[in-house]
Amino acid sequence: MKTLTKVFAIALPALLLAGCELGSKEQQQTGYRGTGMVQIADPDTKAQVGEVPAPPYELTPEMINGDRAKTAYQNVQVLGDVSVDEFNYTMLAMTAWIAPDGSNVKDAGCTYCHNPENMASDEKYTKVVARKMLQMTQNINANWKPHFAQAGVPQENAGVTCWTCHRGNPVPVNNWSTAVPDPGKIAGNKRGGNTPAPSVAYASLNYDPFSDYLAGKESIRVGGKAFPTAASNASIQSTEKTYGLMMHMSQGLGVNCQFCHNSNNFAKWTDSTPKRVNAWYGIRMVRDINNNYITALGDVWPANGKGIYGNRRGPHGDPLKVNCATCHQGVNKPLGGAKMLKDYPGLKGAAPAPVVAATPAPAETAAVAAPAKPAA
Amino acid sequence: MAYQNIFTQVQLRGELEPGVPLGPNNDPRFGPFGTSWLMGKLGGAQIGPVYLGKLGLASLFAGFIALEIIGFNMLASVNWDPIQFVRQFFWLALEPPPAKYGFTVNVPLEEGGWWIAAGFFLTASILLWWARTYVRAKELGMGTHVAWAFASAIWLYLVLGFIRPLMMGSWAEAVPFGIFPHLDWTAAFSIRYGNLFYNPFHALSIAFLYGSTLLFAMHGATILAVGRYGGEREIEQITDRGTASERAALFWRWTMGWNATMESIHRWAWWFAVLTTLTGGIGILLTGTVVDNWYLWAVQHGFALEYPATGVVDPATLPGAPQ
Repeated sequence: MKTLTKVFAIALPALLLAGCELGSKEQQQTGYRGTGMVQIADPDTKAQVGEVPAPPYELTPEMINGDRAKTAYQNVQVLGDVSVDEFNYTMLAMTAWIAPDGSNVKDAGCTYCHNPENMASDEKYTKVVARKMLQMTQNINANWKPHFAQAGVPQENAGVTCWTCHRGNPVPVNNWSTAVPDPGKIAGNKRGGNTPAPSVAYASLNYDPFSDYLAGKESIRVGGKAFPTAASNASIQSTEKTYGLMMHMSQGLGVNCQFCHNSNNFAKWTDSTPKRVNAWYGIRMVRDINNNYITALGDVWPANGKGIYGNRRGPHGDPLKVNCATCHQGVNKPLGGAKMLKDYPGLKGAAPAPVVAATPAPAETAAVAAPAKPAA
Repeated sequence: MAYQNIFTQVQLRGELEPGVPLGPNNDPRFGPFGTSWLMGKLGGAQIGPVYLGKLGLASLFAGFIALEIIGFNMLASVNWDPIQFVRQFFWLALEPPPAKYGFTVNVPLEEGGWWIAAGFFLTASILLWWARTYVRAKELGMGTHVAWAFASAIWLYLVLGFIRPLMMGSWAEAVPFGIFPHLDWTAAFSIRYGNLFYNPFHALSIAFLYGSTLLFAMHGATILAVGRYGGEREIEQITDRGTASERAALFWRWTMGWNATMESIHRWAWWFAVLTTLTGGIGILLTGTVVDNWYLWAVQHGFALEYPATGVVDPATLPGAPQ
């Protein structure tokens, strides 16, 4: 009896500690003292910053100034105004980023998108998608600079390449599609949540906060004014959905709430950190990406079970889309903030009109985006 | 020999004690059933007799129905799979009707009608149990302190699930049944209404809650510490010198400068416990009905500090901002 008691006395507290992450943590203060605004990270479980692959070869000024691609190749709709050398360079980089030679991707290499007999042909749907994605990349880099700004100051060469999301995969690893709607009966009806769902960090919150906030334009703002007004109509349910989106952002970026918010009042902008402005633009950028580029491709995405490279749509039939984790992959600055864009001038898009930090105003471009529209 | 003091009861085995005879208009009791060594370690060793009665029976029946409604809704949500029911149990929920139904009773069962039904039976069960605590106390010639303390907890329960949803005009404001879902509700409730920590009644409730634990620890420790002098015989020692009672009083007068009495300590404990849920219920009832954002309210009333602004501007207020 005594021995058994002792064994329990030692084993039980030890078991209770099994869920703890032992060891010292990294801490960084992010706001006014005494407000608990601190980032805490466990170095053992922190997401690794991805590596940046070297460019295919050195791109010299002579190469950039050579003949235009549209004079040498046919059916070049987006990159026609870059030089032949830079065009080939960009194609090589894209191959390595998305369907690298020697990988186990079907048709890896140029043939993932091109018919080797006729490189200009659009017969493979992947080529049509790739063209749209080039337009999307240029739009992001030209028109969504506020998302990449540092405390409101735009950063030269900050932006995205295909690698930022793809990392050597034809489909970025982190994506989402609309959840299958709840049945109209109680059997199998989880009310859109109440499930250990990885999308919201295993909380019982709504597991698809994306359809309404990252494709739809539902308001995320639920916090009230001091006293109730006619406008205070946000329900607890929409608050929980907002909360679910924030759990996704927190996990996707590897940060806690205080990265953007002062938790004494989440809604208040004047107590928030400048990062919240980046996130605000990020949410609108992702809506632009999802609606005007990915969903806009419509039936280019093969129906499930019909694609030559496998499914590109979710169970509800909508294409796989982008959320915060698609680029960020657990790191608040994707690829550690590496300014990859400096090596790929063709992806920058048309230079936008000078943007004043205080009034950045990227219009959400239409689906037919020419390479890029200057910001108004 | 194991540790003993004057408190330590010897577990007797013999004829079972049936308790005092009941007056007229009472139902029969069940038991006694026997003795338990383990229960004797925690309290009295004799199990029963139990007075169930009509109120107790009705309460258990209503509670059973509520539990079945909640459990079967949760089981249905995992397609009647008992394994998934166990694995996902902490996540599963029976949710109140969505906001579009307002505060009407005419809600389809699968859209939250089951929640209303479960709430009705659970409330009936709790109120019947309250009546049972009242009637049984009267029957024993006791005061009704237990019943009124229980009523304070019922007040908070009713505010959360009925009175506040009624005042807000929406069942959707009520708490879902479920382990994590009700915790998520709590967090979302605080976020939606601007941080409940700035609600002064929530603050009072926390003070009484933590105060209750402190008083409980102080009183429990004091009486155990004077157990060697027969401290459980509080009242009969109250006027004598050198007794457990006087030592207990002197201890606190020496350490705090003042002592509660053998009566007042129990009133302190009772009021602290009762005020925890009483003030908590008031705080919840004012949320959303009178105050929509407790932080902003608190700053406006000089109750909370406004920190230096970070200079961040809401981008939605800038001209030409994307929507």
